[in-house]
Amino acid sequence: MAKRVGIEVSVAVGEAVKLVNADVIAAYPITPQTHIVEHLAELVADAELDAEFVPVESEHSAMSVCCGAAAVGARTFTATASQGLALMHEVLFIASAMRLPVVMTVANRALSAPINIWGDHSDAMAVRDSGWIQMFVENGQEAVDNVICSFRMGEDNRVLLPVMIHLDGFALTHMIEPIIFPEKSEVDAFVPPFNPPLPLNPAKPVTMGALGPPSIYTEVKYAQDVNLRESKKVILEVWKEFGKAFGRYYSPVEKHYSEGARVLLMTMGSFSETAMVAVDKMRAEGKDVGLIKLRLWRPFPFEELREAVKDADILIVLDRAISFGGPGGPVFSEIRAALYGLDKKPKVVGFVGGLGGRDISMSGFEEMVAKGIEIARTGSTKEYEMFGVRE
Amino acid sequence: MARKAAKTVKKEEELTWKDIELGCFITEPGSATRFRTGDWRSRRPIFDRSKCNPKCALCVTYCPEGCIVKDTEGYPQADLYFCKGCGICAEECRRQAITMEEEQ
Repeated sequence: MAKRVGIEVSVAVGEAVKLVNADVIAAYPITPQTHIVEHLAELVADAELDAEFVPVESEHSAMSVCCGAAAVGARTFTATASQGLALMHEVLFIASAMRLPVVMTVANRALSAPINIWGDHSDAMAVRDSGWIQMFVENGQEAVDNVICSFRMGEDNRVLLPVMIHLDGFALTHMIEPIIFPEKSEVDAFVPPFNPPLPLNPAKPVTMGALGPPSIYTEVKYAQDVNLRESKKVILEVWKEFGKAFGRYYSPVEKHYSEGARVLLMTMGSFSETAMVAVDKMRAEGKDVGLIKLRLWRPFPFEELREAVKDADILIVLDRAISFGGPGGPVFSEIRAALYGLDKKPKVVGFVGGLGGRDISMSGFEEMVAKGIEIARTGSTKEYEMFGVRE
Repeated sequence: MARKAAKTVKKEEELTWKDIELGCFITEPGSATRFRTGDWRSRRPIFDRSKCNPKCALCVTYCPEGCIVKDTEGYPQADLYFCKGCGICAEECRRQAITMEEEQ
């Protein structure tokens, strides 16, 4: 029987990694990811998890070790945040291009400067184009469930891609939540062993990461993009199977009172929980407002997004990152691009807020919706609205 | 090359994106020997046998490409299919027996 326990989300993520029997964990501690890898180091030291824990000297090395481990066919996990993710940057692209299914949780945190250890999505958005499958989770249960799902998704021989799970620093990582843990035997049955078709193996040598000259680089990159796009089929399949096995269903775009709503709010990550309560309140007051939550970020769920917003007149998107000098927040500009070619589409209004750990409360979301409606009706010359900025 | 095994008939420039092996891996060991990389060279080493005494083979040791080997008489010779023309052999030769000549 599955157990429901009160546990810190970071520790729960470590427990999920134990449940899937990870072989190699290479990590460097950084706030607010620290508790995840601390717990895993403990599990390995206490022989509760039979894995190699490599305490590397930097995140660049962490991801490099993960690449090597996944290349030989080891089930591999790491976690990082903010500056650590930035330091890994170049190796992220190698992991995805070499089809190495590392699973990584990112405890989302603002990038320096100024130094800020609190949550936002600037670290995540900076690695948007790294070729990883990426998703945002909104609570501890989702984090645990999706760590389990991610190994099955990434290691599927039709996919063979690394998976990044974004969970908000502190707002998720340091919360104590009631989380249902599946039984080890159930997880064993759900996540099959990792058997890559072309591992590093002296008996059958392969060369990974060789030169790709101009004559083939274009073909290689197109094949990579097709592969990432097509991974969506497997992602949906795994979520469906997970739902059948454990009773909790996940989808690329989650909806909350969004059917038929004229005004939609869109959020990612832990803010979705607050936004949901705010929408409940507005609904109770008779306002025609719904919420959509973008869970799957890469591959981008174009069909699901278009379907979710098809009846709306106004779509208000909250970004927790700035695209400096660009066309509004990165999520907002992608949403607008995804809808641009449609004949019937909502007016999309972009807010940037919740930066560097600044909270947006329930009343904050009500205010954002009211302001978004006003901007949609009267127009604005600004690329985006900076929510809550003191002027 | 990083092509799928079943499709080796195609030349590199003819490979489509579907022909690319998983992760652009190379699955055939030693396939690099088929690629004559010496055509990058702009200079070639010329060996003067009269100065090559006592056939010390320092050039063989220093060649970063491993393309200098001794012939049947023990004199070093560069395999020009692979020599990149870096000139390290000429620099290291104690007898100045090697000179670098511009390729035409």
